[in-house]
Amino acid sequence: MSKKVSQEQYEKTFSYKFKRWLDGARDPFLDTVEMKPQKEFCEEEEVVRQHDEDRKQHIRHVYDMEHNAEMRIFHRVYKIFSILFCVFLVAMLLEAVSELPTFGEPDNPVNNEVAERYIEKGLQETGAINIVTGMILDYRAFDTLGESHVLFIATCTVLILLRVDKKESRDADETDDRSYEPKDDVILQTAAKLLVPPIFIFGIYIILAGHLGPGGGFSGGAVIGAGLILYQNAFGFAKTEEFFTAKTYRIMSFGALACYSIAKSYSFYTGANHIESMIPLGTPGAILSSGLILLLNICVGIVVAGTMYTFYAMFRKGGH
Amino acid sequence: MTIFTCILLGFLVVCAVAASLSKNLLNTILIFMSYSLVMSIIWILLESPDLAITEAAVGAGVTTVLFVVTLKKIHAVIRSNDDSEEKEEGNKENE
Repeated sequence: MSKKVSQEQYEKTFSYKFKRWLDGARDPFLDTVEMKPQKEFCEEEEVVRQHDEDRKQHIRHVYDMEHNAEMRIFHRVYKIFSILFCVFLVAMLLEAVSELPTFGEPDNPVNNEVAERYIEKGLQETGAINIVTGMILDYRAFDTLGESHVLFIATCTVLILLRVDKKESRDADETDDRSYEPKDDVILQTAAKLLVPPIFIFGIYIILAGHLGPGGGFSGGAVIGAGLILYQNAFGFAKTEEFFTAKTYRIMSFGALACYSIAKSYSFYTGANHIESMIPLGTPGAILSSGLILLLNICVGIVVAGTMYTFYAMFRKGGH
Repeated sequence: MTIFTCILLGFLVVCAVAASLSKNLLNTILIFMSYSLVMSIIWILLESPDLAITEAAVGAGVTTVLFVVTLKKIHAVIRSNDDSEEKEEGNKENE
Protein backbone atom coordinates (compact mmCIF):
# COMPACT_ATOMS: atom_id res chain seq x y z
CA MET A 1 0.00 0.00 0.00
CA SER A 2 1.24 3.44 -0.82
CA LYS A 3 2.00 5.72 2.07
CA LYS A 4 0.30 8.82 0.67
CA VAL A 5 -2.78 8.18 2.82
CA SER A 6 -2.51 6.77 6.31
CA GLN A 7 -4.31 3.57 7.24
CA GLU A 8 -6.88 5.30 9.45
CA GLN A 9 -7.76 7.78 6.76
CA TYR A 10 -7.98 5.10 4.19
CA GLU A 11 -10.43 3.14 6.30
CA LYS A 12 -12.84 6.07 6.22
CA THR A 13 -12.95 6.33 2.44
CA PHE A 14 -15.77 4.96 0.34
CA SER A 15 -13.49 2.77 -1.72
CA TYR A 16 -12.34 0.89 1.39
CA LYS A 17 -15.94 0.24 2.45
CA PHE A 18 -16.82 -0.78 -1.08
CA LYS A 19 -13.89 -3.19 -1.18
CA ARG A 20 -14.90 -4.75 2.14
CA TRP A 21 -18.47 -5.10 0.94
CA LEU A 22 -17.21 -6.67 -2.26
CA ASP A 23 -15.09 -9.18 -0.35
CA GLY A 24 -18.02 -10.08 1.82
CA ALA A 25 -16.15 -9.03 4.96
CA ARG A 26 -18.99 -6.82 6.08
CA ASP A 27 -22.69 -7.41 6.13
CA PRO A 28 -24.29 -4.16 4.94
CA PHE A 29 -27.47 -4.84 6.86
CA LEU A 30 -25.76 -5.57 10.16
CA ASP A 31 -26.52 -2.96 12.86
CA THR A 32 -28.60 -0.93 10.41
CA VAL A 33 -31.64 -3.13 9.98
CA GLU A 34 -33.48 -4.89 12.77
CA MET A 35 -33.31 -8.61 12.15
CA LYS A 36 -35.38 -11.38 13.70
CA PRO A 37 -35.48 -15.09 12.94
CA GLN A 38 -38.47 -15.78 10.75
CA LYS A 39 -41.47 -17.45 12.31
CA GLU A 40 -42.35 -20.85 10.96
CA PHE A 41 -45.12 -20.56 8.44
CA CYS A 42 -48.35 -22.27 9.43
CA GLU A 43 -51.79 -21.36 8.28
CA GLU A 44 -54.49 -20.93 10.87
CA GLU A 45 -57.50 -23.16 10.74
CA GLU A 46 -59.83 -20.27 10.13
CA VAL A 47 -57.79 -19.12 7.15
CA VAL A 48 -57.62 -22.61 5.70
CA ARG A 49 -61.38 -22.98 5.99
CA GLN A 50 -61.90 -19.59 4.41
CA HIS A 51 -59.65 -20.53 1.49
CA ASP A 52 -61.51 -23.76 1.00
CA GLU A 53 -64.88 -22.02 0.94
CA ASP A 54 -63.56 -19.40 -1.41
CA ARG A 55 -62.41 -22.03 -3.81
CA LYS A 56 -65.72 -23.86 -3.70
CA GLN A 57 -67.61 -20.64 -4.34
CA HIS A 58 -65.23 -19.77 -7.11
CA ILE A 59 -65.84 -23.11 -8.81
CA ARG A 60 -69.59 -22.75 -8.36
CA HIS A 61 -69.61 -19.27 -9.87
CA VAL A 62 -67.29 -19.97 -12.76
CA TYR A 63 -68.68 -23.31 -13.86
CA ASP A 64 -72.18 -23.10 -12.36
CA MET A 65 -72.73 -26.82 -12.63
CA GLU A 66 -76.51 -26.66 -12.05
CA HIS A 67 -77.24 -24.17 -14.78
CA ASN A 68 -74.37 -24.54 -17.18
CA ALA A 69 -75.86 -26.74 -19.88
CA GLU A 70 -72.72 -26.81 -21.95
CA MET A 71 -70.69 -28.15 -19.04
CA ARG A 72 -73.29 -30.76 -18.22
CA ILE A 73 -73.44 -32.02 -21.79
CA PHE A 74 -69.68 -32.09 -21.97
CA HIS A 75 -69.45 -34.25 -18.85
CA ARG A 76 -72.05 -36.68 -20.11
CA VAL A 77 -70.51 -36.94 -23.58
CA TYR A 78 -67.09 -37.34 -22.03
CA LYS A 79 -68.25 -40.37 -20.03
CA ILE A 80 -69.93 -41.96 -23.03
CA PHE A 81 -66.90 -41.40 -25.21
CA SER A 82 -64.51 -42.82 -22.65
CA ILE A 83 -66.57 -46.01 -22.43
CA LEU A 84 -66.79 -46.24 -26.20
CA PHE A 85 -63.06 -45.72 -26.52
CA CYS A 86 -62.32 -48.50 -24.00
CA VAL A 87 -64.65 -50.91 -25.80
CA PHE A 88 -63.08 -50.01 -29.13
CA LEU A 89 -59.56 -50.52 -27.75
CA VAL A 90 -60.41 -53.91 -26.23
CA ALA A 91 -62.10 -55.04 -29.44
CA MET A 92 -59.14 -53.93 -31.53
CA LEU A 93 -56.64 -55.75 -29.32
CA LEU A 94 -58.71 -58.93 -29.25
CA GLU A 95 -59.02 -58.79 -33.01
CA ALA A 96 -55.26 -58.38 -33.35
CA VAL A 97 -54.63 -61.31 -31.02
CA SER A 98 -56.99 -63.54 -32.97
CA GLU A 99 -55.02 -62.73 -36.13
CA LEU A 100 -51.77 -63.98 -34.58
CA PRO A 101 -50.45 -67.36 -35.76
CA THR A 102 -50.98 -70.30 -33.44
CA PHE A 103 -48.40 -70.62 -30.69
CA GLY A 104 -45.68 -73.16 -31.41
CA GLU A 105 -46.38 -73.81 -35.10
CA PRO A 106 -43.26 -74.64 -37.13
CA ASP A 107 -44.25 -72.25 -39.95
CA ASN A 108 -44.44 -69.21 -37.66
CA PRO A 109 -42.43 -66.15 -38.69
CA VAL A 110 -40.36 -66.40 -35.47
CA ASN A 111 -38.84 -69.64 -36.64
CA ASN A 112 -36.69 -68.03 -39.31
CA GLU A 113 -33.09 -68.46 -40.37
CA VAL A 114 -31.73 -66.45 -37.42
CA ALA A 115 -33.08 -68.86 -34.80
CA GLU A 116 -31.99 -71.75 -36.99
CA ARG A 117 -28.44 -70.48 -37.11
CA TYR A 118 -28.34 -69.92 -33.36
CA ILE A 119 -29.50 -73.46 -32.71
CA GLU A 120 -27.40 -75.22 -35.32
CA LYS A 121 -24.13 -73.31 -35.17
CA GLY A 122 -24.35 -71.80 -31.68
CA LEU A 123 -22.23 -74.40 -29.95
CA GLN A 124 -19.64 -74.37 -32.71
CA GLU A 125 -19.34 -70.58 -32.93
CA THR A 126 -19.58 -69.55 -29.29
CA GLY A 127 -18.42 -72.70 -27.51
CA ALA A 128 -21.16 -72.38 -24.90
CA ILE A 129 -23.32 -75.38 -24.09
CA ASN A 130 -26.06 -73.15 -22.71
CA ILE A 131 -27.41 -71.73 -25.92
CA VAL A 132 -29.17 -68.82 -24.20
CA THR A 133 -25.92 -67.54 -22.69
CA GLY A 134 -24.20 -68.01 -26.01
CA MET A 135 -26.85 -65.83 -27.59
CA ILE A 136 -26.98 -62.98 -25.08
CA LEU A 137 -23.24 -62.77 -24.39
CA ASP A 138 -21.82 -63.54 -27.80
CA TYR A 139 -24.18 -62.83 -30.68
CA ARG A 140 -25.99 -60.07 -28.82
CA ALA A 141 -23.32 -58.98 -26.35
CA PHE A 142 -23.82 -55.36 -27.35
CA ASP A 143 -27.41 -55.51 -26.02
CA THR A 144 -26.19 -56.94 -22.74
CA LEU A 145 -23.64 -54.15 -22.44
CA GLY A 146 -26.50 -51.67 -22.77
CA GLU A 147 -28.48 -53.53 -20.12
CA SER A 148 -25.57 -53.40 -17.68
CA HIS A 149 -25.31 -49.68 -18.27
CA VAL A 150 -29.02 -49.30 -17.65
CA LEU A 151 -28.48 -50.76 -14.17
CA PHE A 152 -25.62 -48.35 -13.55
CA ILE A 153 -27.67 -45.37 -14.74
CA ALA A 154 -30.60 -46.51 -12.58
CA THR A 155 -28.32 -46.45 -9.54
CA CYS A 156 -27.17 -42.95 -10.45
CA THR A 157 -30.79 -41.80 -10.75
CA VAL A 158 -31.74 -43.27 -7.38
CA LEU A 159 -28.67 -41.59 -5.90
CA ILE A 160 -29.83 -38.24 -7.29
CA LEU A 161 -33.34 -38.75 -5.93
CA LEU A 162 -32.42 -40.03 -2.47
CA ARG A 163 -29.29 -38.01 -1.89
CA VAL A 164 -28.69 -36.75 1.64
CA ASP A 165 -26.35 -33.79 1.69
CA LYS A 166 -25.85 -32.67 5.26
CA LYS A 167 -24.07 -34.91 7.68
CA GLU A 168 -26.31 -34.12 10.67
CA SER A 169 -29.55 -34.99 8.91
CA ARG A 170 -28.06 -38.23 7.70
CA ASP A 171 -27.11 -39.33 11.20
CA ALA A 172 -30.54 -38.44 12.52
CA ASP A 173 -32.20 -40.35 9.73
CA GLU A 174 -30.12 -43.44 10.35
CA THR A 175 -30.89 -43.61 14.04
CA ASP A 176 -34.53 -43.01 13.30
CA ASP A 177 -34.54 -45.83 10.81
CA ARG A 178 -32.79 -48.25 13.12
CA SER A 179 -35.21 -47.60 15.96
CA TYR A 180 -37.98 -49.29 14.02
CA GLU A 181 -36.58 -52.77 14.11
CA PRO A 182 -35.23 -55.11 16.76
CA LYS A 183 -31.49 -54.87 17.03
CA ASP A 184 -29.45 -58.05 17.24
CA ASP A 185 -32.38 -60.34 16.54
CA VAL A 186 -31.14 -63.83 17.47
CA ILE A 187 -33.43 -65.70 15.09
CA LEU A 188 -32.51 -63.50 12.14
CA GLN A 189 -28.79 -63.57 12.92
CA THR A 190 -28.66 -67.35 13.29
CA ALA A 191 -30.63 -67.83 10.11
CA ALA A 192 -28.38 -65.39 8.28
CA LYS A 193 -25.25 -67.14 9.54
CA LEU A 194 -26.55 -70.43 8.17
CA LEU A 195 -28.03 -69.10 4.94
CA VAL A 196 -25.72 -66.38 3.68
CA PRO A 197 -22.67 -68.56 2.83
CA PRO A 198 -24.70 -71.08 0.78
CA ILE A 199 -26.50 -68.22 -0.97
CA PHE A 200 -23.18 -66.62 -1.91
CA ILE A 201 -21.72 -69.92 -3.09
CA PHE A 202 -24.86 -70.67 -5.11
CA GLY A 203 -24.72 -67.23 -6.72
CA ILE A 204 -21.04 -67.61 -7.59
CA TYR A 205 -21.76 -71.06 -9.03
CA ILE A 206 -24.58 -69.67 -11.17
CA ILE A 207 -22.30 -66.95 -12.52
CA LEU A 208 -19.32 -69.21 -13.20
CA ALA A 209 -21.40 -72.00 -14.75
CA GLY A 210 -23.45 -69.64 -16.87
CA HIS A 211 -22.11 -71.04 -20.13
CA LEU A 212 -22.49 -74.67 -19.01
CA GLY A 213 -25.98 -74.73 -17.57
CA PRO A 214 -28.94 -72.57 -16.72
CA GLY A 215 -28.02 -69.27 -15.15
CA GLY A 216 -25.68 -66.47 -16.00
CA GLY A 217 -24.53 -63.10 -14.81
CA PHE A 218 -27.88 -61.53 -14.12
CA SER A 219 -29.45 -64.35 -12.11
CA GLY A 220 -26.28 -65.06 -10.17
CA GLY A 221 -25.78 -61.39 -9.43
CA ALA A 222 -29.36 -61.08 -8.22
CA VAL A 223 -28.87 -64.06 -5.89
CA ILE A 224 -25.68 -62.58 -4.42
CA GLY A 225 -27.39 -59.21 -4.05
CA ALA A 226 -30.27 -60.85 -2.15
CA GLY A 227 -27.71 -62.57 0.11
CA LEU A 228 -26.03 -59.24 0.81
CA ILE A 229 -29.38 -57.69 1.72
CA LEU A 230 -30.09 -60.57 4.12
CA TYR A 231 -26.68 -60.14 5.74
CA GLN A 232 -27.25 -56.41 6.10
CA ASN A 233 -30.67 -56.97 7.65
CA ALA A 234 -29.26 -59.31 10.25
CA PHE A 235 -26.06 -57.52 11.21
CA GLY A 236 -26.66 -53.87 10.34
CA PHE A 237 -24.89 -51.27 8.26
CA ALA A 238 -21.86 -50.99 10.53
CA LYS A 239 -20.81 -54.57 9.83
CA THR A 240 -21.68 -54.56 6.16
CA GLU A 241 -19.72 -51.38 5.54
CA GLU A 242 -16.57 -53.09 6.74
CA PHE A 243 -16.38 -54.74 3.34
CA PHE A 244 -18.98 -53.05 1.15
CA THR A 245 -19.41 -49.29 0.95
CA ALA A 246 -20.62 -46.92 -1.70
CA LYS A 247 -17.01 -46.44 -2.76
CA THR A 248 -16.54 -50.19 -3.18
CA TYR A 249 -19.63 -50.26 -5.34
CA ARG A 250 -18.36 -47.41 -7.49
CA ILE A 251 -14.99 -49.09 -8.06
CA MET A 252 -16.56 -52.51 -8.67
CA SER A 253 -19.16 -51.22 -11.06
CA PHE A 254 -16.76 -49.07 -13.02
CA GLY A 255 -14.20 -51.85 -13.21
CA ALA A 256 -16.71 -54.42 -14.38
CA LEU A 257 -18.26 -52.15 -17.02
CA ALA A 258 -14.85 -51.07 -18.29
CA CYS A 259 -13.69 -54.68 -18.42
CA TYR A 260 -16.81 -55.67 -20.34
CA SER A 261 -16.37 -52.80 -22.80
CA ILE A 262 -12.70 -53.54 -23.41
CA ALA A 263 -13.27 -57.28 -23.86
CA LYS A 264 -16.15 -56.73 -26.25
CA SER A 265 -14.30 -53.98 -28.15
CA TYR A 266 -11.52 -56.46 -28.78
CA SER A 267 -13.86 -59.05 -30.20
CA PHE A 268 -15.74 -56.46 -32.27
CA TYR A 269 -12.45 -55.14 -33.63
CA THR A 270 -11.17 -58.54 -34.61
CA GLY A 271 -14.55 -59.55 -36.00
CA ALA A 272 -15.00 -56.43 -38.10
CA ASN A 273 -11.49 -56.64 -39.54
CA HIS A 274 -11.57 -60.40 -40.15
CA ILE A 275 -8.64 -61.00 -37.81
CA GLU A 276 -8.40 -64.35 -36.10
CA SER A 277 -9.29 -63.86 -32.41
CA MET A 278 -6.51 -64.72 -29.98
CA ILE A 279 -8.92 -66.16 -27.47
CA PRO A 280 -9.45 -69.90 -27.91
CA LEU A 281 -12.97 -71.28 -27.63
CA GLY A 282 -11.73 -74.33 -25.71
CA THR A 283 -13.52 -77.63 -25.40
CA PRO A 284 -17.25 -77.21 -24.84
CA GLY A 285 -18.19 -78.32 -21.33
CA ALA A 286 -14.99 -77.25 -19.61
CA ILE A 287 -15.18 -74.37 -17.15
CA LEU A 288 -12.52 -72.39 -19.03
CA SER A 289 -14.15 -72.50 -22.41
CA SER A 290 -16.32 -70.50 -24.79
CA GLY A 291 -13.97 -67.54 -25.19
CA LEU A 292 -14.99 -64.31 -23.49
CA ILE A 293 -18.36 -65.49 -22.15
CA LEU A 294 -17.05 -66.47 -18.71
CA LEU A 295 -15.38 -63.07 -18.23
CA LEU A 296 -18.45 -61.20 -19.43
CA ASN A 297 -20.66 -63.25 -17.11
CA ILE A 298 -18.49 -62.32 -14.14
CA CYS A 299 -18.61 -58.64 -15.11
CA VAL A 300 -22.40 -58.62 -15.42
CA GLY A 301 -22.71 -60.54 -12.14
CA ILE A 302 -20.59 -58.00 -10.26
CA VAL A 303 -22.62 -55.08 -11.64
CA VAL A 304 -25.97 -56.69 -10.83
CA ALA A 305 -25.00 -57.81 -7.31
CA GLY A 306 -23.65 -54.37 -6.45
CA THR A 307 -26.68 -52.62 -7.91
CA MET A 308 -29.17 -54.76 -5.99
CA TYR A 309 -27.49 -54.12 -2.67
CA THR A 310 -26.86 -50.42 -3.37
CA PHE A 311 -30.53 -49.90 -4.23
CA TYR A 312 -31.47 -51.39 -0.89
CA ALA A 313 -28.88 -49.39 1.05
CA MET A 314 -29.95 -46.15 -0.61
CA PHE A 315 -33.62 -46.84 0.04
CA ARG A 316 -32.80 -47.44 3.69
CA LYS A 317 -30.56 -44.49 4.48
CA GLY A 318 -30.24 -42.32 1.40
CA GLY A 319 -27.26 -42.00 -0.88
CA HIS A 320 -24.09 -40.07 -0.15
CA MET B 1 -48.42 -82.32 -14.64
CA THR B 2 -51.04 -80.42 -16.66
CA ILE B 3 -53.41 -80.31 -13.70
CA PHE B 4 -50.61 -78.92 -11.54
CA THR B 5 -49.88 -76.23 -14.12
CA CYS B 6 -53.56 -75.33 -14.34
CA ILE B 7 -53.81 -74.98 -10.55
CA LEU B 8 -50.75 -72.74 -10.55
CA LEU B 9 -52.10 -70.61 -13.39
CA GLY B 10 -55.40 -70.22 -11.56
CA PHE B 11 -53.51 -69.18 -8.44
CA LEU B 12 -51.60 -66.67 -10.56
CA VAL B 13 -54.82 -65.05 -11.79
CA VAL B 14 -56.25 -64.97 -8.26
CA CYS B 15 -53.05 -63.37 -6.97
CA ALA B 16 -53.04 -60.74 -9.72
CA VAL B 17 -56.65 -59.75 -9.07
CA ALA B 18 -56.23 -59.82 -5.29
CA ALA B 19 -53.13 -57.64 -5.46
CA SER B 20 -55.00 -54.94 -7.33
CA LEU B 21 -58.12 -55.14 -5.15
CA SER B 22 -56.45 -55.27 -1.75
CA LYS B 23 -56.86 -52.09 0.30
CA ASN B 24 -53.87 -52.67 2.59
CA LEU B 25 -50.60 -51.86 0.85
CA LEU B 26 -48.61 -54.37 2.90
CA ASN B 27 -51.02 -57.12 1.90
CA THR B 28 -50.65 -56.09 -1.73
CA ILE B 29 -46.89 -56.49 -1.51
CA LEU B 30 -47.14 -59.92 0.08
CA ILE B 31 -49.64 -61.07 -2.55
CA PHE B 32 -47.35 -59.71 -5.24
CA MET B 33 -44.49 -61.71 -3.73
CA SER B 34 -46.50 -64.93 -3.83
CA TYR B 35 -47.35 -64.08 -7.44
CA SER B 36 -43.64 -63.96 -8.25
CA LEU B 37 -43.03 -67.20 -6.40
CA VAL B 38 -45.74 -69.03 -8.36
CA MET B 39 -44.44 -67.45 -11.55
CA SER B 40 -40.96 -68.83 -10.88
CA ILE B 41 -42.40 -72.35 -10.51
CA ILE B 42 -44.26 -71.88 -13.78
CA TRP B 43 -41.01 -70.84 -15.45
CA ILE B 44 -39.48 -74.14 -14.35
CA LEU B 45 -42.46 -76.02 -15.79
CA LEU B 46 -41.96 -74.08 -19.04
CA GLU B 47 -38.36 -75.38 -19.05
CA SER B 48 -36.54 -72.11 -18.54
CA PRO B 49 -34.72 -72.52 -15.23
CA ASP B 50 -32.52 -69.46 -15.70
CA LEU B 51 -35.59 -67.24 -15.77
CA ALA B 52 -36.92 -69.08 -12.73
CA ILE B 53 -33.77 -68.26 -10.75
CA THR B 54 -33.97 -64.60 -11.76
CA GLU B 55 -37.68 -64.37 -10.98
CA ALA B 56 -37.21 -65.93 -7.55
CA ALA B 57 -34.28 -63.67 -6.65
CA VAL B 58 -35.53 -60.40 -8.12
CA GLY B 59 -39.32 -60.71 -8.10
CA ALA B 60 -39.84 -62.50 -4.83
CA GLY B 61 -36.73 -61.29 -3.03
CA VAL B 62 -35.27 -57.92 -3.87
CA THR B 63 -38.38 -56.15 -5.20
CA THR B 64 -40.42 -57.13 -2.16
CA VAL B 65 -37.74 -55.89 0.19
CA LEU B 66 -37.52 -52.58 -1.69
CA PHE B 67 -41.31 -52.19 -1.59
CA VAL B 68 -41.43 -52.86 2.14
CA VAL B 69 -38.59 -50.43 2.82
CA THR B 70 -40.39 -47.77 0.80
CA LEU B 71 -43.63 -48.37 2.71
CA LYS B 72 -41.78 -48.00 5.97
CA LYS B 73 -40.15 -44.78 4.77
CA ILE B 74 -43.46 -43.17 3.90
CA HIS B 75 -44.95 -44.43 7.18
CA ALA B 76 -47.60 -46.50 5.45
CA VAL B 77 -47.10 -49.54 7.70
CA ILE B 78 -49.49 -48.98 10.59
CA ARG B 79 -48.86 -50.92 13.73
CA SER B 80 -52.01 -52.49 15.16
CA ASN B 81 -53.28 -51.07 18.44
CA ASP B 82 -52.87 -54.04 20.78
CA ASP B 83 -49.33 -54.55 19.51
CA SER B 84 -48.30 -51.00 20.45
CA GLU B 85 -49.97 -51.40 23.85
CA GLU B 86 -47.97 -54.51 24.49
CA LYS B 87 -44.83 -52.62 23.58
CA GLU B 88 -45.67 -49.82 25.98
CA GLU B 89 -46.28 -52.30 28.76
CA GLY B 90 -42.99 -53.97 27.99
CA ASN B 91 -41.22 -50.63 28.15
CA LYS B 92 -42.78 -49.88 31.53
CA GLU B 93 -41.69 -53.24 32.85
CA ASN B 94 -38.17 -52.57 31.65
CA GLU B 95 -38.13 -49.24 33.40
